[in-house]
Amino acid sequence: MFFPLAGAVLLVGTLVAAPVLAAPAIPWSDDVVLERLPESRDPSIATLKKMRSLVRAAPQDLRVATLYARRAVDASRATGDPRYLGQAQAALQPWWSADDPPSPALLLRATIKQSLHDFDGALADLDRLLARAPDDAQARLTRATVRSVVGRADEARADCDRLERAVPALVGAACRASADASTWRALDAALAADTTSPAGIRTWALTIAGEMAARRGDAVGADARFREALALDPNDAYLAGAYADFLIDAGRHAEAARLLDNRTRHDALLLRLVIAERQLPERRERYEADRAELAARFDATRRRGDSVHRREEARYALEVEDDPARALTLARANFAMQKEPADARLLADAARAAGARP
Amino acid sequence: MKGLRLVLAFAAALVATSAFAHKASDSYLTLDIREERLSGRWDIALRDADLALDLDADGDGAITWGELRLRERDLAAWALARLKVRAGGEPCTLGVARLATDTHSDGAYAVLELDGTCERVATALGVDYGLLFDLDPQHRGLVRVVSPTSETSVVLSAGERSATIAATGNPLAQAATYLREGVLHIWSGFDHVLFLVSLLLPAVLVRRRDAWAPIDGFGPAFIDVAKIVTAFTVAHSITLTLAALDIVALPSRLVESAIALSVVLAALNNLFPVVKHGRWMAAFAFGLVHGFGFAGALADLGLPRGALALSLASFNVGVEAGQLAIVAVFLPIAFALRATLAYRRYALGAGSLAIAAIAAVWLAERALAL
Repeated sequence: MFFPLAGAVLLVGTLVAAPVLAAPAIPWSDDVVLERLPESRDPSIATLKKMRSLVRAAPQDLRVATLYARRAVDASRATGDPRYLGQAQAALQPWWSADDPPSPALLLRATIKQSLHDFDGALADLDRLLARAPDDAQARLTRATVRSVVGRADEARADCDRLERAVPALVGAACRASADASTWRALDAALAADTTSPAGIRTWALTIAGEMAARRGDAVGADARFREALALDPNDAYLAGAYADFLIDAGRHAEAARLLDNRTRHDALLLRLVIAERQLPERRERYEADRAELAARFDATRRRGDSVHRREEARYALEVEDDPARALTLARANFAMQKEPADARLLADAARAAGARP
Repeated sequence: MKGLRLVLAFAAALVATSAFAHKASDSYLTLDIREERLSGRWDIALRDADLALDLDADGDGAITWGELRLRERDLAAWALARLKVRAGGEPCTLGVARLATDTHSDGAYAVLELDGTCERVATALGVDYGLLFDLDPQHRGLVRVVSPTSETSVVLSAGERSATIAATGNPLAQAATYLREGVLHIWSGFDHVLFLVSLLLPAVLVRRRDAWAPIDGFGPAFIDVAKIVTAFTVAHSITLTLAALDIVALPSRLVESAIALSVVLAALNNLFPVVKHGRWMAAFAFGLVHGFGFAGALADLGLPRGALALSLASFNVGVEAGQLAIVAVFLPIAFALRATLAYRRYALGAGSLAIAAIAAVWLAERALAL
């Protein structure tokens, strides 16, 4: 008579106790390394850290602030770490809320805003900047990209047309192809003719060409373009993700997993790794660990109220958790913000899996 | 050169389409409020603290526990200057009781274990949060306020630095909490259960010529049980209320010892019947003692002053519900087995003996404070 009762007490006890945080620890020695700072891996971050004292000494100095903010934005792009975006914003604080800040601050403000997925804010800043300086190629190129992302293809194409005279042919062709996939032949021709572009521009153009080849079913062409781009810049995170998507679509999961093995710091790349590993029985243990890590990162982002991960979360729900209803909700929310081909495809896939309309 | 500048802008634009490698900067603040007592913990990323305080003393790109400990005062002063907690409009004091560390999905964190007091008891805490916004406007403070009856989370940001966060559940949630605690207390307090069982064991039997015999019908057994349970309930409700309202206070050692004694006596009475008819009177007398015991458990939980009557009543109802659940399981089984020799010999005989022995050990432990 007493034992079932004791069992019930035990059960109720475990239901009531819900620990949220682990117990904090006191390290056993002063020599225990708690954190390796990013500058220990990357000299450009060390430089950035040194520049911070300059900004602190002269917070109203536009030149110092924009120099620092530009480097911080680059650091965020290179490492995928959003903390640097916040630090760039902090350096621009005197101009952040101003209606009409100087052009260098305005361009950086737009770049930071679109990186934080504030596309409307970014476009408003770029409109203002281009009204002031219509020949600012950087601003126009950035606006073309943001317009493509939010699905305003005609306006993006207009920016690319306007840009053509001011930039190398390859940049113009890549700009136009991002806005209008039907111009892929022109991009391929520009790639073939191009001999002088810096590696960065060529990598970027090759990535776009590879994605377009993959979308129209030219597997051989896509593979060749991605590989050439990877040879130019093996560290480009966006490129690695695009190539991994192509490999996963082609059923080449082992290759995708090998490509991303050491790139797990990047959430979007970890997602692709998990998707690939799910199909690889020999990686069962690693898959479980990576999946748990990814879920923890999504959870941490959700808790702070961010929506920058919606596209990744939708894919995670669809391709890892097999939860098409949730995937569809997320894919719809994502599509309301960004409308690139990948977003449209995700929405269609989620809708098909859920048996609903997109 | 121009092309290079261009591609930087372009590549930066591409970030829009690829997610980040880490989450952005967050701190995790938990405030636990019980009456005037404020405690909690504040997890701040070492990378964020380093941004403000340059923790890496030897500049080797790594932060050690020694380097962090060396700056404990600075860290506490920096953080606490950026946090204001109010209760009922009056500021609460807050200090760092201990420094520790923990790990979140994006790296190592310093954990400030907080301790403080509020001048007033309030149903909500006002929190003004200003950590890091000057250095990283994308920083967020994930603030959680915990009270005995509630748990509320709020995300604070550079654009929204203050919040009034509920420190009490709504009346329904609050009542549910105390109800559940009441049930849990009677189920997990084996002294109460054993006392009740000792009184109930003979309820399906009658005393005939100095020996136990099965009772004839379910009706008389049920009435006997109902009398016992009601008497026990009325008695402990009286003392629970008196003690919870601070009208009567007894030392807990005396109360706990008396409860153990009540179990010994109730069990022994089954073996050597002294009180034969009217065990309900014994249930009433000892119920008074058990009520003080329930009050002790309720005191540990804390009674919200704003909803004293509701919480007290809910706790009491929880105790009764837990008690009735035990009776509902016990009575049909006992009634079905009442005619068997096993029931009389083992359940009543050996069972009561075992209960008396266990309770005697408790009595010794509690009375002598072993």
